[in-house]
Amino acid sequence: MALSGVEIFKLLPKTNCKKCGHPTCLAFAMKLAQRQATLDLCPDVSEEAKQKLGEASAPPVRPITIGSGDKAVKMGEETVLFRHDKKFVNPAVFAVEVRDSQSEADIASVCAQVISSEIDRVGQKLRIDAIVISNESGDAAKLEAAAKTVASKAAGVPVIISTTNPQAAESAVKHFTDKKPVIFGANAANVEAMAAVAKNNKAALGIAAANLDELSVLTEKVKSLGVEDIIMDSGAKKAKEIIANNTLIRRAAIKKNFKPLGYPIINFIQREDSMHEALVATVCVAKYASIIVLSSMEKWKNLALFALRQNIYTDPQVPMQVEQKIYNIGDVKPDSPLFVTTNFSLTYFIVSGEIENSKVPSRLAVMDSEGLSVLTAWAAGKFTATKIAQFINESGIEKEVSNKELIIPGYVAILSGSIEEKLPGWKITVGPREANAIPTFLKSRV
Amino acid sequence: MSFTPPKESYPGKVYPVTIGTGGKAVTIGGENVLSFHSFEGETPNRPVIAMEIQDVPPADWPENVRKVFEGVSDDPVKWAKYCQDELKAKAIALRLVGTHPDRENRTPADAVQTVKDVLAAVDLPLIILGSNHAEKDSAVLIAVAEAAKDRNCIIGKAQEANYKTIAAAAMANGHKLIAMSELDINLSKQLNILITQMGFDKEKVITDPMCSALGYGLEYTYSVMERIRLAALTQNDQTMQQPLLGDVGMYVWKVKETQAPESDLPQWGDAEQRGILWEAETATALLVAGAELVIMRHPRAAAVVEKVIEELV
Ligand code: B12
Ligand code: SF4
Repeated sequence: MALSGVEIFKLLPKTNCKKCGHPTCLAFAMKLAQRQATLDLCPDVSEEAKQKLGEASAPPVRPITIGSGDKAVKMGEETVLFRHDKKFVNPAVFAVEVRDSQSEADIASVCAQVISSEIDRVGQKLRIDAIVISNESGDAAKLEAAAKTVASKAAGVPVIISTTNPQAAESAVKHFTDKKPVIFGANAANVEAMAAVAKNNKAALGIAAANLDELSVLTEKVKSLGVEDIIMDSGAKKAKEIIANNTLIRRAAIKKNFKPLGYPIINFIQREDSMHEALVATVCVAKYASIIVLSSMEKWKNLALFALRQNIYTDPQVPMQVEQKIYNIGDVKPDSPLFVTTNFSLTYFIVSGEIENSKVPSRLAVMDSEGLSVLTAWAAGKFTATKIAQFINESGIEKEVSNKELIIPGYVAILSGSIEEKLPGWKITVGPREANAIPTFLKSRV
Repeated sequence: MSFTPPKESYPGKVYPVTIGTGGKAVTIGGENVLSFHSFEGETPNRPVIAMEIQDVPPADWPENVRKVFEGVSDDPVKWAKYCQDELKAKAIALRLVGTHPDRENRTPADAVQTVKDVLAAVDLPLIILGSNHAEKDSAVLIAVAEAAKDRNCIIGKAQEANYKTIAAAAMANGHKLIAMSELDINLSKQLNILITQMGFDKEKVITDPMCSALGYGLEYTYSVMERIRLAALTQNDQTMQQPLLGDVGMYVWKVKETQAPESDLPQWGDAEQRGILWEAETATALLVAGAELVIMRHPRAAAVVEKVIEELV
């Protein structure tokens, strides 16, 4: 169970020295209890208190990073059950499976697809994050050969080596020294040997249990064997079991601070029908999976899954936004068109993307509207004629353009008259409503 | 440490709502737990997908969803029968979009004829939607509610600006009512209260907190739905215990991802599959968040969502 603020306070030095940045030890204790501060901020805390508090103040879901370098991915660290309470922290990892019974060429082709899966969406680079190498053949040599192929063809991509055979794991994992791989497949029968392989190779260990009871026994066992970076499969396969087990795990970790289930979850959801698989993945993203193992990665499917993950993992309090300024798109000249819009990331990226598509160099004046879309900002009084006029005046853009024309979004056509009044000497042009009409709109002007 | 599953039971429950008449009537809602949480409570009814049709040909729908209905979509009766007989739909949503003053501006009498024809041709539960023009919807929905008397339809959407007339029409003719507000739990609650203060039975309301598409604000609809459902269950808030509607197809089939050809955006992959998945994934996310009724356009999207529902119940 989590300790209360008062219980934590009893363990602190009680000198109110403020070194932790809080006015009193009690105030600091309260922050610790709410997980809004970490114990290392107090330099004077005793070893004994550290030990007692360390356990209690650790995040309810252990943070684990797999892979290394710029493709490493972090998971866990979640603190809530519902995204409206607080941002979900570390986005689910999408992994795709290769099987050691596949030919080397097939495995290499999956690697190539993983490498080229990266897409830019609303300013974020999104991709298939990891590869599962599974020992379908049951043959240790084949698993090692597959591992070797993946290590060379998808260098740097985090891997999950899936086998229940400790010797096979040992020989495959050697190809990922210092790359923090996951060895997946510890169970009641092999747990000692698997934990030893993980420990000796500094790998995380994935546990394959049949149910939640067995899972919590196994995580404790693995921890006692000296491996703390644990990934859990509760055995759930059907979407219904996934919701049930993932929910019970996350609740146990967060509401009960039940340490044996305080680790990231992996769900294996391969299905024959790729679209069906994508929908099961949708359920997993929404319901607490940290690693989702897919069988395929068509581009259309990736795009939809990346968008979903982005939606579920955005901060519910702060919309994604870009800086207020005038962005030059292409090689602008004094007579290039000037557009105005709001600073909601999605709006900015859609509009700037369409201007780019048009190949007509243009300026895009992005006004701070607290991250709201055009119509939302307008309805909220943050994208009004007065504010737009003031922004354009203060931006100093007047000096850089040869014709004072401002193109406004079609959805706020109603503002054109009053902006014109407030910006003497400027011509206000109403652009199209939807950004995808911008290329045609720009071409029709020349 | 031994593991005790932290199961939850809630004081509240979602009202079960039955739509349609006879053998094809369906019931949604009725659960006393979060969506698909059958491991800790009752989930007596599975969610329902209603196939969307409209009173005028869907010239404004993108090619990849329009082409599926070629040959039937020129006539709402043919279209409805196709949904019933070929697609084995469980419900139909007829959108009277042609009544919008900026479109065909069809009259309430035209709308009545369409509704009567469709009701004569199919025996599925019918959702009758206006064109989302607050004023015109009042006139149109009053007329069609009467024309559909005693067929136990869902009429919508009642919004802050026009709920009085539409709720009165639904009440007088024995229909259920969609109450729509704009992505705000308090507005949604307030509208439900206003409607029930008129004497409308709170157990005949379906809440539409407004949909948004994957990648275009889905997270807002998702979280508003989750919050409404939690208020219903944990606080036993009687003004929030209505089943939830996701009007998915209309929002999805206007975003770029459901339309842009692969030739323009090779990194986005096959356009047809992309559009279908965009719709199916939006619907699935909302079902997980709390929707019991979703309105969809593409038959393949509906079919694959059905498949995942099968796995979830
Ligand atoms: C998500 C959403 C919200 C979110 C905010 C999201 C955000 N960060 O902005 C939340 C829930 C907070 C919200 C709140 C409100 N919302 Co709101 N919201 C939406 C919703 C569903 C999507 C908005 C969105 O993200 N659009 C996507 C972006 C990319 O669109 P966009 O910025 O307009 O950009 C497009 C075009 O305008 C064009 N474009 C953009 N810039 C430019 C520039 C030029 C020059 C050109 C040519 C084109 C162009 O390109 C883009 C793509 O085509 C819409 C309804 C809908 N489905 O559209 C309602 C909507 C915008 N909201 C509305 C309202 C009324 C509100 C509220 C006032 C009511 C309320 N519920 O409390 C509040 C106000 C906020 C406040 N007080 O803080 C109304 C506005 C009505 C109107 N016509 O004025 C809408 C239209 C819903 C409706 N049908 O009534 N909302
Ligand atoms: S630094 Fe430690 S001792 Fe000093 S006020 Fe903070 S908690 Fe108390």
